[in-house]
Formats: sequence, structure tokens, C-alpha cells
Amino acid sequence: MTSRTGRSRDSGFYQMICAENLTKKFDDFLAVDGVNLQVFPGQVLVLLGPNGAGKTTTVRMLTSVLKPTRGRALVAGYDVEREAEQVRFNIGVLTEHHGLYARMNAQEYLEFFGKLYRLELKQIRRRAEELLHRFGLFEDRFRRLGEFSKGMRQKLALVRALLHDPPVLLLDEPTSAMDPESARAVRDAIASLRSGDRTIMLCTHNLSEAEELADQVAIIRRGRIILSDTLENIKQNVLGPAEFQATFSKSLDGWSADLPEGVVLTERGANWLRFRVQDPPGTNPELLRMLSARMEMVTFQELPRSLEKAYLEVMRRAVIEEGNLAQ
Amino acid sequence: MLNNLRPVFIIASREIRDQLRDWRIIFPVVGLTLFFPFLMNFTAQQMLGFVQKYGATIVGERLVPFLLMIVGFFPISVSLVIALESFVGEKERGSIEPLLNTPLQDWQLYLGKLLSSTVPPLTSSFLGMAVYLGGLRIQNIPWPETPMMILIVLLTIVQAIVMVSGAVVVSCQATSVRAANLLASFIVIPVALLIQGESILMFWGTYSTLWWAVFGLMVMAALLVRVGLAHFQREELLGREIDVLNARWIWRVFKKSFWGDVRSLADWYRFEISKTIRSMRISILITFVLALVGILLGADLIHQFFIPLDQESLAELDERIGLLVKAWPVFAVKPVMSIWWQNVRVLILAMVLGTFSFSILGVLPLMASMGAVGYLMALLTVNGIPAVTTLAFILPHAVIEVPAAILATAAILRAGVIMGTPTPDRTVGEVWIESIAIWTKIMAGVVIPMLLLAAAIEAWITPRLALLLVK
Ligand SMILES: Nc1ncnc2c1ncn2[C@@H]1O[C@H](COP(=O)(O)OP(=O)(O)O)[C@@H](O)[C@H]1O
Ligand SMILES: [Mg+2]
Repeated sequence: MTSRTGRSRDSGFYQMICAENLTKKFDDFLAVDGVNLQVFPGQVLVLLGPNGAGKTTTVRMLTSVLKPTRGRALVAGYDVEREAEQVRFNIGVLTEHHGLYARMNAQEYLEFFGKLYRLELKQIRRRAEELLHRFGLFEDRFRRLGEFSKGMRQKLALVRALLHDPPVLLLDEPTSAMDPESARAVRDAIASLRSGDRTIMLCTHNLSEAEELADQVAIIRRGRIILSDTLENIKQNVLGPAEFQATFSKSLDGWSADLPEGVVLTERGANWLRFRVQDPPGTNPELLRMLSARMEMVTFQELPRSLEKAYLEVMRRAVIEEGNLAQ
Repeated sequence: MLNNLRPVFIIASREIRDQLRDWRIIFPVVGLTLFFPFLMNFTAQQMLGFVQKYGATIVGERLVPFLLMIVGFFPISVSLVIALESFVGEKERGSIEPLLNTPLQDWQLYLGKLLSSTVPPLTSSFLGMAVYLGGLRIQNIPWPETPMMILIVLLTIVQAIVMVSGAVVVSCQATSVRAANLLASFIVIPVALLIQGESILMFWGTYSTLWWAVFGLMVMAALLVRVGLAHFQREELLGREIDVLNARWIWRVFKKSFWGDVRSLADWYRFEISKTIRSMRISILITFVLALVGILLGADLIHQFFIPLDQESLAELDERIGLLVKAWPVFAVKPVMSIWWQNVRVLILAMVLGTFSFSILGVLPLMASMGAVGYLMALLTVNGIPAVTTLAFILPHAVIEVPAAILATAAILRAGVIMGTPTPDRTVGEVWIESIAIWTKIMAGVVIPMLLLAAAIEAWITPRLALLLVK
């Protein structure tokens, strides 16, 4: 698959996942509405949204098990409708319901799927051994899958998705309904899969997971992408400029000062101050000098800006907008 | 080609291995293949002893092959659960989606499932028959003759394929295993009725008819596999969460095919009915030819069943018609309604027969009535009644009634054609509802009104015209 990839005009990179106006209607219900996505090689895109937002439906269209009602999509350079078979050879999918065959053992399970991907038995065994070792399942390879814990099952499903070494991975809620330890293990496993040439799309409603793994985030709500950007940009654009807190050894009653250009005092406590800084590298040195000249400063730190905050803000705005439209 | 079949065998062998590890399947199948044949052996022995006491050996001899057939049939109907679960079971357990994500082609997946659902029932029924035959040998009861054995084995195989492929079609459609099991009655009941018919034939000793049953079932099996393949699409397995038993959905699909999007009754006739009739052109032609064949076959029966009508009864003819004229006064509604209802009932029966046989049996009522007409005409002609008179008995209402019957039968044929035509964007369920809607449309819009008119003519005009001619 050399020249089959869709080149984007401006970036010069080719996209591994490219969706244009992707839409799915179930009867009269718009489950996915005009979704546009672009993911480049080596990137991790997190599709973030509440339950029922249309994440699974989007993935199913990208894996060509559901036909789009409108729009089109290329995955690994192949059209999901016209070249479904090629698409399937080039993707690894972790579905929302892992549904393993309870009466098989892990080895048999992987051999079955490997054969469906037309791999040689020798090849399958070698790959399986390597991957099972990597995910800590090798000792359990002859146990019936019915006896596997939830975390083990999910990891095995991940092994299955990776068996044919696909360039594109689609992971649908890989850690939902999992205890924290299993979720940690699966998340670490996913983190270890990031590499220069593997493209990953991950669906989740878990914000910390998104924050941990994402390069790009697309927030989906009621079938529409309401925001899509890099993690950093989203925080910057939604939450505004970075905030810093300075904490002092003594109480600050009556403190006031002329702050440098681009610095705003946002909040104050008994012995601390918070500033919003437009251009931290430019103005922070001056601010620091000013503050420590007058009082004893104990700490000066950037306030963490979580994706959670940005997400909730974006959702809040979407609801307000909807209300305005309805009126 | 062989390379393309490999995934089919990969799917099938995995499933069969899975079944062998499932005690829910192993237990009843082993039970049925080992204990049930013993029970039948015992039955055969007892019955043989019993009837021999009364010298009715023939009944006993016929019982032996009959029980062989039953021993072969039972395991199939029990292991039908495998086929019923094949798709919907995996869907319910969530294991179907990873499978759909692999580069399998739709037909490979379908055939793999079909194969894995056919092998266990057939294996168990062969095992059962082997145990039964072994038992006969031990008890020194002679085996049925070889042609009979071949016949029974073939019947068992085609019955298994018909039932399993029907069940797999159901499994693709159903949204839950429970719904699939409910729908299974649509398979088990007709086949059970068929087995009853076959048993009667077997005791009657008309074995050649059983060969026809083998042939008919083979055609059915081929059609079922084809219909299943034609409408199977992986999209459908995840694309709908609608239950097959969802009345609102059924009504919507039905209404769309029945009414289209016209506004008024006049438009319905002008656009919808005429469009449907045009789409039935070839079916109408075929039905017309079949009706002619029916008449000719019926007329031909005169050589076998000639009944000389004596002159007396012929002389009474005008008297009888006179009675009829009195009994059916002009514009009396009751006789019209009874003739009309009689005809409508026959055509509904045709639909029911057609539903379970891909339309094949749906042509029987038309051919039978045409045969009767042909026979009657031949009988009257041979007995010296002039053709004009004969035609006068029939023609005035037949001119309307026969085309109506041909249309109704053609609609049934058309339904079968639609079912067998590949339309991957629609499911079997949808197509089935659509074909019923088409039939209903033709019946309600054209056939039933025509039959009403024909019945009025038959009750009010025909007897009077006949009376005129007989005198
Ligand atoms: N096969 C289907 N038929 C009808 N509605 C569906 C089907 N699949 C999903 N939906 C609906 O589409 C919406 C989006 O579902 P989904 O993509 O599963 O959301 P998510 O994965 O984000 O939770 C939901 O409201 C769901 O009920
Ligand atoms: Mg989902």
C-alpha cells in the first residue's frame, strides 16, 4: 500500500484516517452527523464524548461494518465502502464488547483470528508469543478464556487486534467498566503501542485517559464534533491563558502593585495570589522579580489546567448554544 | 476457488470444536443418538411381535423403515438450536463484531456458519440411524431394502439442509436468541407436517411419491441457501437493533410497499397498482401457461376417469338449473357472497402454501381448479353436450374469475422471485413483508373486487343463460 494514501493538500503528510462529512442515520435518528476527522501517522486521536454520542457508530463506519448514510472515509488510504477488504487487512480493532469465545484458550483464539487474516501458522505463533509476553499473558495461554479476568480479556483482545501488525488501531472504550488496576494495565499497554508509524484512534468518555494518551482530541456530542484540536490548544483556547499562583510566607493584607503588561490578578487569598499571564516566557521573569522584591515568596507554580475543566466548559457552551438555537 | 473456501472451513471447524465442548449440545445429541434408537428398536420389536400374532405382517414391515426415518429426524430438530444461535447467539454474546472486522467476505462467513450448523445435526442423525440398524441386526429383524434405505438417508439429508438453512436465515434476522427460538416454529411445524405426510406415504407403500418429496426438498434447500446468501450482509447484523417482532416496524415496511406514497385511491390504482402489475409481467405469463397446462392435464384425465352420463340425468339438467335459478334470485346477495368467499378462501390457501414453499406449492390450487374445469369440459363434450353450451356454463363468469385467479397466483410467484433475488441492502424480513404487501395489494385492489363481480355473474346470469341454452 504505497501510493494509496490520501494526501492532504496543506500539510504534506498523508492521513491514515480521513473522514469527510461522515453521517449515519438509523431510521430517522441521526447517530453521527457530518463528522470530519484527520489523523496522521504516529498520532493518537482521542474521540471523547458521553455515552450515546456516536463514538461506536463512527468507529463501525471506519471499520466498514456499518455503511455511512452520507459522506466518505479513507482508512490507511482505502475507501471504507469500496475497498472494505483492504481496510480490514490494515486495521486492528478493539470493539466495545470484547466477546471472546469462552470455550477456547488464548492460543487457539489467536490462531483462529490469525488464520482469518491469512497469516501462516508459524508466523501466528511467533507473533502471539511475542505479544503475549509483552502483555503478561504468556503463562495463561492455555487457560480457557472463560476463566480470564476482565483486564486479561481486554488485553487478549488487544493482542488479537495487533496480531497482524496493522498500521491503524481503533480502540473503542478500552478501559470502560474496569477496575482501576486492570484499567492501568491496559492504559500502559496502549501507551507502549505509540510508535512512529502506528496510528491510533481511541474512543472514551474517560477524561484522564484522554489526557494521558491523546495527541489530538475530538469532542463529540449528539453525533457532532463540537471541538477538535491538539490537547494543548484545546486547553489554551477553552480555558484561556495559563494561571500561576504565588504563595508567600506572611499574610498579604493591603498588597497592591502595578503589574506588568499582559498580567492580570485573578484571585487572592490570605497569603497567596493568582495571576493570569498572556505570555509567560515574556513576562514571568519580571513578575517574579517584582513579587520577590517586596515579600518572601515560598512557591510560584502554574495551576494545572485539566482537560476535564476544558471539556466541561465546552459541553456547557454547547448546551447554551443549543438553547439559543431552540429559542 | 479452494483458497477462497479456506476461511469457510476455518470458521466451520472452530464452531464445531466449540460445540463439542458444550455439554448443552453434547448431552441431548448423545442422548438422542444412543438412547432414542434403542427405544425405537424396542418399539419395532414389540410391534412386530404384536402384529404378527394377527397376521398383519405388512404393517410391521412398513414400521421398520418408518422408525428409521424418525430416528434420523429427531436429532436434527433438536440440534436445530445450533443453527438458530449461529448468528444471533454470537451477536448476543458480543463476539460477532471482531469476526466482522476480519477480512472475511460475507458469503464466506455465511457458508461457514451454515456448514458448522449442518454437520452436527447430520452426524447425530447418521449415528442414530446406525445404532438403530445395528439394533435391528442384533434382534434379527431384516433391514429395509436398499432402495428404501437410500431413500430414507436422502430424505434425512435434504430435510436437515432445509431446516438448518431456514434456521440460519432466521438467526440472521432475529435480534435475540429468544426471538429466534420463537420463530423456529415456522420451520419445525411445516417440516413436522411434511414428515407426517411422508409417513402416510410410507405406510401406503407409494414409494415413488417419496422420491418426489426428495426432489422437492432439494429444490427448497437450494432456494433457502440462495435466499440466505442473497440477503446476507454484515451491515445488517449490527445496523439494526429492531426486533423482528416489532409491530411498528413491520407495519411501516408493509405500508410503504402497500400504499407507496400516493395521496388518493385513484392515484393508488393509477400508479401503485399498475406499477406492481407491470413488475409481475413474467410471473403472469408463467401462471397463464400453468393454468393452460392445468386445463390440458384435467381434460386428459377423461381417458382415465370416464363417467358416462346417462340421458336421464342429462334430461334432468334443465330441471336442475331451473331449481338453481329459483334458489338464486337475481340480486340476492347471499349466493354471491358464498361463491365469492369460496374463491377468496382458495386463493388465501394458495398464499399459505406458497409461503412455506417459496411459492412452488402456491400454484397448486390454481392448477387443480383449472384441471377440474378441463376435466368437466371434456366430460360434457364426450357425453355429447355441444361445446357452446359447455362454454356458456363457464365463460360468463370465468372471463373475470380466471384472470383474477391468475393475478393472485402470479402475485404469489412474484413473491418467490423477490425472495430469491439478491438485494443485499434489504433483509429477508423486509423482503418477506414486502412480498406479502404486494400480494395483499393485488388481492385487495384487483382480485377481490373482480371475484365479487364474477360471483355476481355466476349467481345471477350464468344459470339463466345456461337454462336458455339447454332448452
Ligand atoms: N443499530 C442501531 N440502531 C438504532 N440506533 C442505534 C444503533 N446503534 C446505535 N444507535 C444509537 O445511536 C446513538 C449513538 O450510539 P453509539 O455510537 O453506540 O454511541 P457511543 O459509542 O458514543 O456511546 C445512540 O443513541 C444509540 O442508541
Ligand atoms: Mg460506544
